[in-house]
Amino acid sequence: MQRMWRGLAVLVPVALAAGCAGVGAKDAGGPGGGTATGSSSWSGTPTGTLTTMGFGGEDEVGQSRVAAFKAANPDVKVTINKGDFDAQQFLTAVASGNPPDLVYMSRNLIGTYAAKGAIQPLDECISGQGIDTGQYRPAAMRSVTLADKVYGVPEFYIVQANLIDATALSKAGVSPEQIQTKDWSALATTSDKLFVKDGNKIKALGYDPKLPDSFPQWALANGAQIVGEDGAPHLDDPKAVEALKFTVDLVNRQGGWTKFKAFRDSYDIFGDKNPLTVHSIAAFPMENWYVNVLRDSIPAGLKLQSTPFTDRQGQPMSLLGGSAWAIPKGAKNPVAACAWAKTMTSTDTWMKAAKARMDTVTKDKSFFTGLFTANKAADDQIRQTYLKDAPDPGFKAAIDNFYASLDTATALNPSPAGAEIDAAWKSAVARALEGKDPAAVLAQAQKEAQQAYEKASTDG
Amino acid sequence: MASALQRRESRAALGFISPWLIGFFLFTAGPMVASLVLSFTDYSLVGSAHGVGTANYQELLSDPRVRTSLANTFIYALMYVPLGTAVALGLALLLQRVGRAAGFFRTAFYLPVMTPAVAAGAMFLLLLNGQRGLVNQVLGWVGIEGPNWTTDPSWLKPSLAVVSLWAVGGSVVIFLAALHAVPRQLHEAAMLDGAGPVRRFFSVTVPMISGAIFFSVITHTIAALQMFDQAYTMFYGPQQKATASDASLVYMVYLFQNAFQFFRMGFASAMAWVLFAIILVITVVQVRLGNRFVYYEGAER
Repeated sequence: MQRMWRGLAVLVPVALAAGCAGVGAKDAGGPGGGTATGSSSWSGTPTGTLTTMGFGGEDEVGQSRVAAFKAANPDVKVTINKGDFDAQQFLTAVASGNPPDLVYMSRNLIGTYAAKGAIQPLDECISGQGIDTGQYRPAAMRSVTLADKVYGVPEFYIVQANLIDATALSKAGVSPEQIQTKDWSALATTSDKLFVKDGNKIKALGYDPKLPDSFPQWALANGAQIVGEDGAPHLDDPKAVEALKFTVDLVNRQGGWTKFKAFRDSYDIFGDKNPLTVHSIAAFPMENWYVNVLRDSIPAGLKLQSTPFTDRQGQPMSLLGGSAWAIPKGAKNPVAACAWAKTMTSTDTWMKAAKARMDTVTKDKSFFTGLFTANKAADDQIRQTYLKDAPDPGFKAAIDNFYASLDTATALNPSPAGAEIDAAWKSAVARALEGKDPAAVLAQAQKEAQQAYEKASTDG
Repeated sequence: MASALQRRESRAALGFISPWLIGFFLFTAGPMVASLVLSFTDYSLVGSAHGVGTANYQELLSDPRVRTSLANTFIYALMYVPLGTAVALGLALLLQRVGRAAGFFRTAFYLPVMTPAVAAGAMFLLLLNGQRGLVNQVLGWVGIEGPNWTTDPSWLKPSLAVVSLWAVGGSVVIFLAALHAVPRQLHEAAMLDGAGPVRRFFSVTVPMISGAIFFSVITHTIAALQMFDQAYTMFYGPQQKATASDASLVYMVYLFQNAFQFFRMGFASAMAWVLFAIILVITVVQVRLGNRFVYYEGAER
C-alpha cells in the first residue's frame, strides 16, 4: 500500500502539470515593449531576418507577392511559419519575449489584440515607410483602427452573395430570383420547396442561413449593428433578435439543428464533391473566394447561379471580412515587418498577384473569377486589366454580385472586447439553435458581453 | 551517522535520478508554482501582472460557465471511468485467450495510444456523423436509427466517452499483465470446488487483479477530469468553434478559452488549481475506499 501511495503522490501532480502546461509562462516584456520608438527607427531600408506567423499563402496569389517582397528586399531573410493564426501559439510567443516580426490575423481580432497591447500601433510605420493608407477601402481601414490608431494593414476583402445550385432550383420549379433576402417569409417558403428529406435523413438543404457564423450579417441586413461605433455590444437589439428568430426558424424547418448541422458537417467544401455540385444544398450566402474553387467543378456538372445578398429594402449588402498584417509587441525587426506589410498590399504587388492568378487560370483553360483586395486602386486595375465576362453565365452573375457589394460592405466595428463579444453571440446562437428562446439568449449574451466590454475599457 | 559507503551510494543515487529531478523541477514543479502565483494576479500574457488577491477564486465561484463546465466534466468522467475500465478489462480477458497471436494484438491495441488524439478526434467526427457517418450506416443495417452523435446536445458527452475508448490500450496492457499474474492453482482449486467461469471471474480473478483495477480507475479518473484534446478537436476545432454547444464545454476547454481567447491567464491559473484540488480530494477518497477492496500480495491487512 505504501508504495502505491507514493506512486500516486507523484502521478497526480505530473498528470496535473499537463493541464497547467503553458500556464506558467513568465511575464516578459515590460509596458511599451518593442525596440522601435520614434519615427526614425521605422524608416530606412529593411535588412536582417523577418519571421511571420499566421500566413499560409501557398497559392499563386500568396507566392507571387512573397516573391515580390524578396525581389525588392534581397537583404532580408524571410521565414514564413505556415499555418493559420493560432491564438495560443501567438500569445505564448509574445509572452516569452520571442514574438514573430509580423502576424497575419483576421481583422475582427485586431481590436482585441490592440486593446490588450499584444500588437503595436502602426502610425509610425505608416509614416516611416510611407504607406499610402488612402489606397485601402475605408471599411477595411475602419476595422483595423481602434481609438484613432491604426493597428493593421488590410489584405483581402471578403464579401458574400447567394450561391445557388441551378439544377436543384429547376428541379423544384424555383426561379433564381426567388433566392432573395428581402422578403423573409417568401424566402422561408422557397427554402421549404427546395429542402429534400428521405424518411429521417436529410437529402438536401434548401436555403442555409449559415448560422452561427452569419448571424451578424443577418442582424445587419435587418438594420442592427451588434457592435456599436464605440465598440460596445448591442446583442439584444430587437432587430438582431428578429434576425435570429428568423434564421433559427429557417433551420428548424429543415430537420432541426442536430440533423441540419450533422448533414452540413458532412460536406466536402473543396473538390468535385462540393455541396453545390452534388446537390446537397440549393442555396446559401457564401464568400467571394469560393467561386475560384467552384470553377474547377464545371466539368463535373456544376450549374451555378447567384443572387446578391440584400438588406430588407433590397439593397445589396454584405458583412465584410478579411485579414490584416499586424506587428506584435516586442517585434525585433519592425522596419522589415512594416516594409513587408506595405509591399504585400501595394497596388503593384497585387497586380503581380493577379497576373500569377491569370497564368494559372490560362493554364487550367479556365477563367478569372476576380481578386478581391482591400486596396481599391488595385481592385479597379485588376478588374480593368484581367476581368472578362466569364463564359459561364452563373459564374458571371456571382462575380458581378460580389463586385456590386464591395462598396457597401461593412465590417463589425472593432472593440476592445471583440473576442468576448464574439464568444457571447456565438454561444447565444448555439443556444437558440438548441431550442432556447432567441430573445432570452441574446439578452444573456448582451449581459456577458457588456461586462467584458466595461472591463476591457477600464483596463485600457 | 551514515557510513562513507552509504553517503557515496546516496550521492550516486542522486546522480542517477538527477535527469528526472531536473526535469521535474524545471518543467513540472516550476510551472506549477508559477501558475499558483499567477492565479492571484490579473496576468493577461501581454503586459505586466498585478496582484488581485483572491479575486480570481471568488469569480470562479460565481461564474456560471465554470459550474456548467465542471458539471459536464463530472458527467463525462462518470461515463468514461466505468466504461473505460470495463472495456479495457474485457479486451484484456479476450486477449488472454488468443494464445500465440497475443503479441500481435497487444501491439495492435496499444497503437491507438500512439496516434495523436487530435487525429483520432477528427476521424471520429467523420465516423460518428449523424446523417452520413459510417457508424450510423452500420447501425441502420440492423434496423437501429443512430443518434446525431456529434450535434445532438444530449449525445455529445456519450460520444466523447466513446471516442476516448480509442486510447484505452494502455490499460489493456496493464490488465493483461495482471491477468497473467493470477496463479493458475487458484483457478484449479476453484474449479475442483465446482465454480463456473463467472464465479471464478468474480471470486478469483477480480480480487487478484484488484490492484490493477484500482490503478486503472484512478488514472482514468484523473485523465477524464483533465479531458481536453478530443473535446477541443471534436467540438471546438476550426470548423466547430462557432457552433459549440454548452453541453460539450468541459472544464479544461473553458480554462483554455480563458487563457488564450480572453487573455485571462490569472483566472485560468486559478481554474487549474481548483481542478488540482478537486482531483486531489477525489483521489484521496478513492484511495481510502480502495483500501477496503484492494488486495495486495504480501501486504499486511
